[in-house]
Amino acid sequence: MRGGGLRAYAIAYLLFLYAPILLLPVFAFNSGTIIAFPLKGFTTEWFAQMWGNATLRRAMLNSLTIAVSSAVFATCLGLFAARASTRFAFPGKGPIMGLIMLPLVLPEIIVSISLLVVLLGIGIPLSVFTVILGHTLICMPYAVAILTTAFSSLDRSLEEAAQDLGETKLSAFRLVILPLVMPGIISAMLMSFTISLDEFIIAFFLAGNEPTLPTYIFSQLRFPKSIPMIMALGTVLVAMSILLLTVAEYFRRRGVARTGQKDSGGFI
Amino acid sequence: MASASGSESAQGLRIVAPPFIYALLMLAVPLLTIVAFSFFKDGYQTIIREFTFENYRAVWADPIFRTLMLRSLLVAGMVTVVTVALAFPVAYFLSFVVRPDHKSLWLFLITIPFWTSYLIRVFLWKVILGHNGVINSGLKSLGLIDQPLTFLLYNTGSIITTLAHAYAPFAILPIYVALEKIDRSLLEAGRDLGESRLMTFWRVTLPLAMPGVLAAVLIVFIPTIGDYVTPTIIGGGKIPMVANLIQAQMLDIDNKPLGSAIAVTAMLIVTVLALVFLFLNRRFLRMR
Repeated sequence: MRGGGLRAYAIAYLLFLYAPILLLPVFAFNSGTIIAFPLKGFTTEWFAQMWGNATLRRAMLNSLTIAVSSAVFATCLGLFAARASTRFAFPGKGPIMGLIMLPLVLPEIIVSISLLVVLLGIGIPLSVFTVILGHTLICMPYAVAILTTAFSSLDRSLEEAAQDLGETKLSAFRLVILPLVMPGIISAMLMSFTISLDEFIIAFFLAGNEPTLPTYIFSQLRFPKSIPMIMALGTVLVAMSILLLTVAEYFRRRGVARTGQKDSGGFI
Repeated sequence: MASASGSESAQGLRIVAPPFIYALLMLAVPLLTIVAFSFFKDGYQTIIREFTFENYRAVWADPIFRTLMLRSLLVAGMVTVVTVALAFPVAYFLSFVVRPDHKSLWLFLITIPFWTSYLIRVFLWKVILGHNGVINSGLKSLGLIDQPLTFLLYNTGSIITTLAHAYAPFAILPIYVALEKIDRSLLEAGRDLGESRLMTFWRVTLPLAMPGVLAAVLIVFIPTIGDYVTPTIIGGGKIPMVANLIQAQMLDIDNKPLGSAIAVTAMLIVTVLALVFLFLNRRFLRMR
């Protein structure tokens, strides 16, 4: 086997990446009330406590509403941007696409305080809706990145062939392009959903009094009594994220196979 | 032909309009607003729209700002060095050693932790390093120590560890992409011309990988400067960074002009540093 030393290093690195997450289920099922070794015994009490918590249910509902809406909006807007940047040349393309992709490199604290100042200034009350506005903005660049890959691998002659055969521009897009980029669309939506579900800073500043999952978790971290329940919640969230990402990866690979390109792997 | 390209650019603009307008309204306008705010005066709970440099003078004269900004830069710098140095061998392994059909599985495994709740990952480091944490209670139950080690948590080192862990995939991916682009025949040529494996790496692979390394440095450095969660949870409020200062001025103290001036100053410092960094490394970027 080639690169024995490097391989050992890479595996050790993966272990370092996963070590904290692997602790989650360990303590979620541990009956001790303090998060420490040695472990006490097995219990599912923390999961039961989690289901019985009304604020948590509300936070979950808010987070799901926000994540679904942001995923749909970000992907729709991303479709426009990706289509324009891969198919057309237009003046100011660099700066326009630069502004759309800017949230990727801007610290979230800057995005959230500047949005907060404007929203308060024009008198829009903070709510689930204002969080959706912010999340759509930060999910959009990820959607654009994924969809750009999907669009750029398309053979332009397919669209031209459809138009030559009598389809209009719009129907050619709907019947030929859309099915081919559908895996990219699903993958962009799942990615945006995951980002929104986990996002804390923007929700912390823009949600007003409405709890979301991350802001609820943040508020509970101060209370040692709530920590075992948070570990149970974390276990559920991590399991959900892994499930969603596996589905997103499946669709991404199907898209790669469908348009017949070489798989270069990875999300970003 | 001119009219065809004219209609093409019109069509392109029409299609890009919805996301562009959204980014204008939700990002460009708010950013310009805080830039404007930073030049206004603060009245109690209102903003007096009078042009002044007073906020910037206050920011630069403020020893707290200088301390926190320097600390943020130091932490972000250390995190970047640690993250990129640890990530490079992994990216190299992925690109040069792993079989092509296994590459996407490895990339998938590396990206998964990044997509799991940031807040919980940060908190788990507190659980690991804390007074009654995994390390202390583990060592105690093994009988290696009697008293918990106190140097693990609530210091700059623990903030750096946590952030380096959180940003690891950010560093691996750009380096991996740059390594993948390297024409493998160049490496063979280097070997054929009598260079050793190490010299080939030093004189061919590394310079060609530099664009990826530079991207990794910026992708890790810029967001860590503005990180709010880690100093709050891991630092226990005792080691604030610049994001905590911005948050306190904007909300708790409610001096929006001063808060805006801090935010704008911090963004300017980061932008200037990023540009200087790119300028110093320009020879690596020109090669492509």
